[in-house]
Amino acid sequence: MATVSMTVNGKSVSADVEPRTLLVEFIRQNLHLTGTHVGCDTSQCGACVVHVDGRSVKSCTMLAMQADGAAVTTVEGLATNGKMHPIQKAFNEHHGLQCGFCTPGMLMSAIDLIKRHPNPSEETIRHELEGNICRCTGYQNIVKAVKAAAQEMGG
Amino acid sequence: MYSFDYHRPRSVDDAVRQLGGEAKLLAGGQTFIPTLKQRLAQPDKIVDLGGIAELSGIKVEGDAVVIGAMTRHGAVAASAEVAKAIPALAKLAGGIGDPQVRNMGTLGGSVANNDPAADYPAALLGLGASVETNKRTVAADDFFTGMFETALGEDEIITRVRFPVPQAAGYAKFANPASRYALVGVFVARTPGGVRVAVTGAGPGVFRIGAMETALAGNFSAGAIDGVSVSADGLNSDMHGSAEYRAHLVTVMAKRAIAAAGG
Ligand SMILES: Cc1cc2nc3c(=O)[nH]c(=O)nc-3n(C[C@H](O)[C@H](O)[C@H](O)COP(=O)(O)OP(=O)(O)OC[C@H]3O[C@@H](n4cnc5c(N)ncnc54)[C@H](O)[C@@H]3O)c2cc1C
Ligand code: FES
Ligand code: FES
Repeated sequence: MATVSMTVNGKSVSADVEPRTLLVEFIRQNLHLTGTHVGCDTSQCGACVVHVDGRSVKSCTMLAMQADGAAVTTVEGLATNGKMHPIQKAFNEHHGLQCGFCTPGMLMSAIDLIKRHPNPSEETIRHELEGNICRCTGYQNIVKAVKAAAQEMGG
Repeated sequence: MYSFDYHRPRSVDDAVRQLGGEAKLLAGGQTFIPTLKQRLAQPDKIVDLGGIAELSGIKVEGDAVVIGAMTRHGAVAASAEVAKAIPALAKLAGGIGDPQVRNMGTLGGSVANNDPAADYPAALLGLGASVETNKRTVAADDFFTGMFETALGEDEIITRVRFPVPQAAGYAKFANPASRYALVGVFVARTPGGVRVAVTGAGPGVFRIGAMETALAGNFSAGAIDGVSVSADGLNSDMHGSAEYRAHLVTVMAKRAIAAAGG
């Protein structure tokens, strides 16, 4: 066993884990934050995307130990005082989801892409979401929602 | 995953001391963690290079761009220095996988892994780069020795890669639409020592095409390689494309890369 400590959604957490524990297992099983999903478990689908020190990563392809000392944000950390994050509002308003399984990962990837491309074109949005797979929407409304959120966030 | 011990050294010397036995290095984990999950590797110890600050960073040193082994693909793609000195390299890094893979995956991991469809090996071979390790410096021409094989010895750690700045360079890849690995990728560079053409994805490992290099030496333009035929012998054939299809793509991608390099 090894001790892992990190900040998750602003709270310090620490636990003894087996070194082979994935970050997503730590988040879901130790912290009971089940908003982060596991779709493929093979680094393809992006359902498990979280932020580690501000960068989006696939938490199924990272050891919890690699995030030791880091600041992690999951989808549960987006809303503040019960107020939805602009990206959540945009997905709601533009119908950017159907079953919702891919949504937490889409939101986390979208925030990262808007940070790097404050005023993204449709092409940029599609290119940047290549690591996130949605089996329901056909992506049209996801792209619309990301565009709207980027504007709202001051792009 | 089988279980293992985990270490996160703070210096290269410290990392070297941790190696030996069944210990394995971990960089960005984008290849290695999937390998562990499938139980295709069973290290007793993992030495995570992620805590070694001296392994990350991009510097222009004289006529070369020097990039630390732990520098993430995303950092190379976003680097103003790389975009200015070797724009083709920034473009190549920005086309690896997806943003999340680029946020974790590293130059050293990609080079050490030498996947036959990986992008970076084409840039190293195309630019005539050299790989620096804790023990020595190896020219790219001698480094990539076969499919997933390199000249790296046991207990050898890549520390940096030195890319000489070319007069012009271009990279074009026909990406597998699912993984975005190269079905065929061609890196073309015009350098003081001559033109270099390196191909990834098409064969069991990255290779140069001497006949194209010769044709381009006198006339650096896409039309110059019209007369060069690429044999399908020994090229990869799989569900994504036959050897003949790949051979055809090599010429198409080479022409696009030449055009991107201003030829
Ligand atoms: C969905 C997906 C899509 C991808 N698409 C592409 C693509 O389009 N093009 C492409 O080129 N790649 C692609 N990759 C691979 C990606 O670029 C990996 O990041 C890369 O191959 C390995 O780098 P890493 O830092 O993750 O290394 P790791 O996975 O941590 O390590 C890989 C191997 O290298 C060894 N190693 C690592 N660092 C060193 C070092 N400094 N010295 C010696 N040995 C070392 C490790 O021991 C291990 O054996 C993709 C990966 C995924 C998951
Ligand atoms: S569950 Fe991590 S990428 Fe699919
Ligand atoms: S909304 Fe169902 S997978 Fe995207």
